[in-house]
Amino acid sequence: MAHHGLVVRVTHWINAIGTLALIVSGVAILFAHPRLYWGETGAVGGPALIELPIPFVFGHSGWGRYLHFLAAWICVGAGVLYVTVGAATGHALLQTYAGLQRVAYMVVVFVLGPIVLLSGLAFSPMLASVAPWVVSVFGGQQSARTVHFFAAAGVVVFLIGHVVMVAVTGFTAHMRSMIVGDQRSPAEDA
Amino acid sequence: MKNLARRRLIASGIIAAIGATVGRSLYHIASHNALIPPDHGGIFGVGETLTYAAQRVLAGDLSLAREFSRGDISRVIPVNGPPPETERYIRLLDGEFRDWRLRIDGLVARPMSLSLADLTGYPAHKQITHQACEEGWSFIAEWTGVRLSHVLDVVGIDSRARYVVFFSFDDFWESIDMADALHPQTFLAYGMNGAAVPLEHGAPVRLRVARQLGYKSVKYLGRMTVTDSIAGFGKGVGGINAEYGYSWWAGI
Repeated sequence: MAHHGLVVRVTHWINAIGTLALIVSGVAILFAHPRLYWGETGAVGGPALIELPIPFVFGHSGWGRYLHFLAAWICVGAGVLYVTVGAATGHALLQTYAGLQRVAYMVVVFVLGPIVLLSGLAFSPMLASVAPWVVSVFGGQQSARTVHFFAAAGVVVFLIGHVVMVAVTGFTAHMRSMIVGDQRSPAEDA
Repeated sequence: MKNLARRRLIASGIIAAIGATVGRSLYHIASHNALIPPDHGGIFGVGETLTYAAQRVLAGDLSLAREFSRGDISRVIPVNGPPPETERYIRLLDGEFRDWRLRIDGLVARPMSLSLADLTGYPAHKQITHQACEEGWSFIAEWTGVRLSHVLDVVGIDSRARYVVFFSFDDFWESIDMADALHPQTFLAYGMNGAAVPLEHGAPVRLRVARQLGYKSVKYLGRMTVTDSIAGFGKGVGGINAEYGYSWWAGI
């Protein structure tokens, strides 16, 4: 049974909106150049690691970029609050869940999330000028872009599983639990 | 119960007042230290301001973009867009740029028109740097040119200067702040990979801003102006890319 505290509930929904915005804008940015490379550089005319089978190129992704960074700031803010409060109170992640579910949550929060964030930062020529290791740890800026794509895809797979589990194990009760913090959950938590 | 409600109300009032004061002070500090980008308006402006201010504070003015070796130079260098088709540019091209001039005006002590010979007469520098397009592709090339800071020294910039605005021969325009204008890797580049800058890459002179995405590195330069405010240029958001909906700050 989950009794979700106020901070957990608020950061959950902020992250839900922020992550959805990141996915939508991330897809828009990717569609401007749906080729992935390995190493430092890559371009049309040279070899691609993966050419995504997208039938069109999404020319104008300026809004996508603006939205991506705004949403990233929102998710980072909510994430920092969540982890800080979680660490202080020993929340949910360690105590509420068990088994495979716990592993899945831990992987997203402590592995995929940080990899997505760090590989995204590695795109930045300004940050690369301050901390070149952020790029070299991925083996180049194009490698970082490719890692960013796969880690984000991993998060999307987790989110699909998460939403399906919520729906299957008692949608109304889970929603009540995550919105008002009600404890009367009829089934295992998703 | 009533007391508790009142106490909560007072507490929220105090928190709101502190929040507003902190917010106002931060805005004041940020605008005083050139940490607010020209496209700070609207909902996306919040994210842009955070990104710009965070990177400026973190990187400072002098962090250096990564430099590579000759072996890293890309074999494939894509071309983005055709060269200018204006009569003026075609005439200059036909004359092998002998009549080309870079006009420099605005908040400078000595407005000038510099020829290619003037620029190549200044101390030359090289950099082998990475350039990424906002779309996602990238390349490494060697650039030869004069540091923009040297040219700004020659013309003598006013203490009020906050931005340098660049105009190309095809109505493309962009601006950078003084931190990047005075940065040692910001070049007026006339050479690329050991030869003159090829036509499709911005002949005869293009800007090179090593710590930002490629769209800040204006090709086919014709004029630059030093200003204290970006408000009077176009729609006031700092560049043609920002007018098209791309962020002014491209340190990403």
